[in-house]
Amino acid sequence: MCSGRVDMAHVFRAFSKGADGVFLGACHLNECNYITHGNYHALTMVNICRKIMEHIGLNPERLRIQFMSGAEASLFAESVNDFVKKVKELGPLGKSEGMDEHGLKAKLEAVTELIPYIRLVERERLRVSFKSEEEYHTFFTSDEFKRLFNELIVDKLAVGQIVALLRERPLSTGKMAEMLGLTPSEVSRHMNTSSRHGLVRYDVSQKCYALA
Amino acid sequence: MEKGEVNVGAIILSAGLEPFDPKVREEYRYGEFQNVLTSMDFERLLSSTGAYAGEILRASDLKHPKKLAWIQCVGSRQVIEGGNSYCSAVCCTYTQKQVILTKDHHPESECTIFHNDVRSYGKDFERYYQRTENLPGVRFFRSYTSIVREDPVTKNVFVRYSTPDDGVKEEEFDMVVLSIGLNPPKNALEIAKKYGIELSDHGFAKVNEINPMVTKRPGIFVSGGFQGPVDIPESVFSASGAGSQIGEILDYRRGKLTKERIYPEERDVSGEEPRIGVFVCHCGANISSVVGIPDTVEYCKTLPNVVHAQNQLFSCATNSAREITDMIKEKGLNRVIVAGCSPRTLEPLFRDTLREAGINQYYYEMANIREHCSWVHSKEKEEATEKAKDIIRMSAARACHLAPLQEFDLPVDKRALVVGGGIAGMTSALSIANQGHEVYLVEKDKDLGGIARRIHTTLEGLDVQAYLGDLTGKIYKHPSIHVYTDATITAATGYIGNFVTTVKSDRGVTAIKHGAAVLAIGADVYTPTEYLYGQDDRVMTHLELEGKIAEGDEKVINAQSLVMIQCVGCRNEERNYCSRICCSESVKNALLLKEKNPKMDIYILFRDVRTYGFREDFYREAASKDVRFIRYEPEDAPVVEPGKAEDGRSVLKVMATDFILGKKLELDADVVALAAAVIPAAATKEIAGLFKVTLSPDGFFKEAHVKLRPVEFATDGVYLCGLAHYPKFMQETINQSYGAAGRALTLLSNETVVASGSVCEVDENKCVSCGACITVCNYGAIEFYDTPQGRKAKVNPVLCKGDGLCNTVCATSAISLKHFTDEELLSEIDAAVSDEEIMKQIDAAVG
Repeated sequence: MCSGRVDMAHVFRAFSKGADGVFLGACHLNECNYITHGNYHALTMVNICRKIMEHIGLNPERLRIQFMSGAEASLFAESVNDFVKKVKELGPLGKSEGMDEHGLKAKLEAVTELIPYIRLVERERLRVSFKSEEEYHTFFTSDEFKRLFNELIVDKLAVGQIVALLRERPLSTGKMAEMLGLTPSEVSRHMNTSSRHGLVRYDVSQKCYALA
Repeated sequence: MEKGEVNVGAIILSAGLEPFDPKVREEYRYGEFQNVLTSMDFERLLSSTGAYAGEILRASDLKHPKKLAWIQCVGSRQVIEGGNSYCSAVCCTYTQKQVILTKDHHPESECTIFHNDVRSYGKDFERYYQRTENLPGVRFFRSYTSIVREDPVTKNVFVRYSTPDDGVKEEEFDMVVLSIGLNPPKNALEIAKKYGIELSDHGFAKVNEINPMVTKRPGIFVSGGFQGPVDIPESVFSASGAGSQIGEILDYRRGKLTKERIYPEERDVSGEEPRIGVFVCHCGANISSVVGIPDTVEYCKTLPNVVHAQNQLFSCATNSAREITDMIKEKGLNRVIVAGCSPRTLEPLFRDTLREAGINQYYYEMANIREHCSWVHSKEKEEATEKAKDIIRMSAARACHLAPLQEFDLPVDKRALVVGGGIAGMTSALSIANQGHEVYLVEKDKDLGGIARRIHTTLEGLDVQAYLGDLTGKIYKHPSIHVYTDATITAATGYIGNFVTTVKSDRGVTAIKHGAAVLAIGADVYTPTEYLYGQDDRVMTHLELEGKIAEGDEKVINAQSLVMIQCVGCRNEERNYCSRICCSESVKNALLLKEKNPKMDIYILFRDVRTYGFREDFYREAASKDVRFIRYEPEDAPVVEPGKAEDGRSVLKVMATDFILGKKLELDADVVALAAAVIPAAATKEIAGLFKVTLSPDGFFKEAHVKLRPVEFATDGVYLCGLAHYPKFMQETINQSYGAAGRALTLLSNETVVASGSVCEVDENKCVSCGACITVCNYGAIEFYDTPQGRKAKVNPVLCKGDGLCNTVCATSAISLKHFTDEELLSEIDAAVSDEEIMKQIDAAVG
């Protein structure tokens, strides 16, 4: 398998199973032994993952991609040591970012459930093809990407997180906003649409939202 | 003992070599002083199966030696009673290996190498030499030595040597290793008599001066060390090459004596619960000296579904493999994990072991606890043991989800493509064609011949142009060889057994179908920017000098003084390798010039004279004919300037430092010849891209394995030979070219070739025919086809390379890469952090 086989689902599975950092080693760009050049795909995947992490309040530094050849043992060792040092500085996942266990779990679940959708979106709207790591970096930090991300993913991700939280127990708008780091008005907006879609219902007696 | 008679059509003599015995000369004190060892003895010490289980200890007191010395050229490069005049060709580099391993065992060791020229001329050897030299506590010392005495109490050994600054010194060492050379096999004479071949003056097989596999007696071939001292890759060249030449004679009988291997019927275990057996390999001491094996084995027994765990000294040994098959049967195992080395090396072997036991080979899983663990964590033994457990736990989790897969047969197109019409390509093409296969030979120039067209004689005196003319004639006359000149390759597609290469040539555009490809595209000569090259006509490359000597150019032949400068354009930062052939090229030119004009003053400014093997005799001959060899250091390189000689004639002034005399020299030269580097051919990158093969750091083709598979690429069905691989002599090229033909024949002589079962597959029920997988596949391996349920994607397993990109773009997860399914990979991820570790984290979080 190629580094391009590494899936977003693998990355978030590792985070949800207790990993505080994920390191992806791939061949040097443009040095594919075949004609696959899957490391570009890996690079795109990592960039989107990092954006999502940032969005849900996880430090994107916890995910790193490093390009190297099989002959660069010392580069590998240095990179891994450096990454381990970085992750140790960052501390445990979620907790260091001021999240409780439930909030973290809901966020990671929401992302995982959104992956099939992200694949479609990536194919239609986010697929880019550059020749260097810098160009990828420029694109994924650009306003253009930010706009696309907000337009295509942000709302879906918020609803996903809310649904994940409500799966545990009914919650008030205020509580959800607190757990997800959103404003109450944002949460209200999502609850209105989600009610219309029949995803959630308002429990008048408990003054809480629950899954429909 | 039973005597029998076997009728054979050809014989290969691979009698090997004999290590030089230093006992023949008292001065080495071998056998007299306990702590004087040969390099072979030392190699045994380093081995985990050696006297002290891999520990470097002194026989006298069983202590680690701290100060070690290696003495080079023991039994080599000496014209004395009992010694050999030739260079043994391998000792410089094996000594460096021993020093690196010694430092690895004991970082505080102090290692001194007493040497003459350091001959690290092989592929990547220059970097290896630098790596050794840069280790702390390692000294390279250019000096002759003598072993003077032994301390009667400590048994330390005293070595006397000379230094440029302090004169003769004596130094005490805990251990002295004699870097012994290589002798012909002991019974060489007997072999020669028995088989009716001749021996050379050095006692090795006397071989054809251009094709070193051929003896005087037709049908009797020589491979490996019996040709003369060689390193492993060159030995492998000639082994495959001799095989190919025999194939030419005996092709009509190919396959007549082979028996197909029959495996027991595969047991269907798909309905059974996983029953995993874990075999933890010591790899001698490679793993067991770091990872706690008993502890690891006990841990394996606690893992879910593991029903058997044990250790093995070498899991790859035949008896260990038998033990694995026995255990499969005895314990009813249906999954096997070997925790040992990288799957790159031995996975095929262990898969075969499973087949022998009637289990589908894809139920095998390898946990790499050597490269990924013991080798990189030698200083953290406890943590390494824990990591080994983690790695095995992940493998065991994955093993539960493995599925039986079937490999399938692909047809083999019997034709071959040879790219490059130099000596390498032509030799390979001819050997393949002589074994009954059609060959397409593609050459970029108008004429065949390559760089050999510029070489007139070999060092040994062979007329290269006559040889080349003869070879080219054979190519053109051969009915099965189709030559394309003025050709460029515009596209290359396909895979092992079934390639299609598009060639644009004087014959127009042709799409050539072929089953194998040999890449023999040669190399170029560096165009120097140094030493006034290109600015002054009197400065030329060694190859241009050879041309002028052959033409009888009067300015060159009648020169009063000629200076050659070695290592121009290589052994530097930009090209960190030795071009291997230039020292001998310069010696050859010097000898030719001395023959034509004995009065000419010839100087060769060198860094190390690397006339390895029997070429040493020509170096000695040149020195005896008063060719002056002057060593220079790269940081004090010679300087060339126009000037006037004492007699008033216009000359080039060459300024250099003579280290032996310790003074600056100013040489007057009528001609300056530069030993310009051999560099990768301009088209190397492009050709590599087309055929999906890789390059080494220096830009030459990268072989599948530097020692063991030096004539094939990692890309299946593509082979290499000649200068495109690394600089080499014509004889070495011919060995390798026949070798490439031999390897190609092992493919072409089969009707089918087996393809991996690890390819993608579509679950039609999940496929929504979005086409994402089709777009992402660079091999065109996926296509739509119509089903009663509508259009669905389908994988052509022959074209699928198993990269799995399609998996990550499929929104419905309908396509999956077998053997690397999400289920398999996620189970490994889940097992990466142990439950115990997670509990600890939770406890810590709760506080």
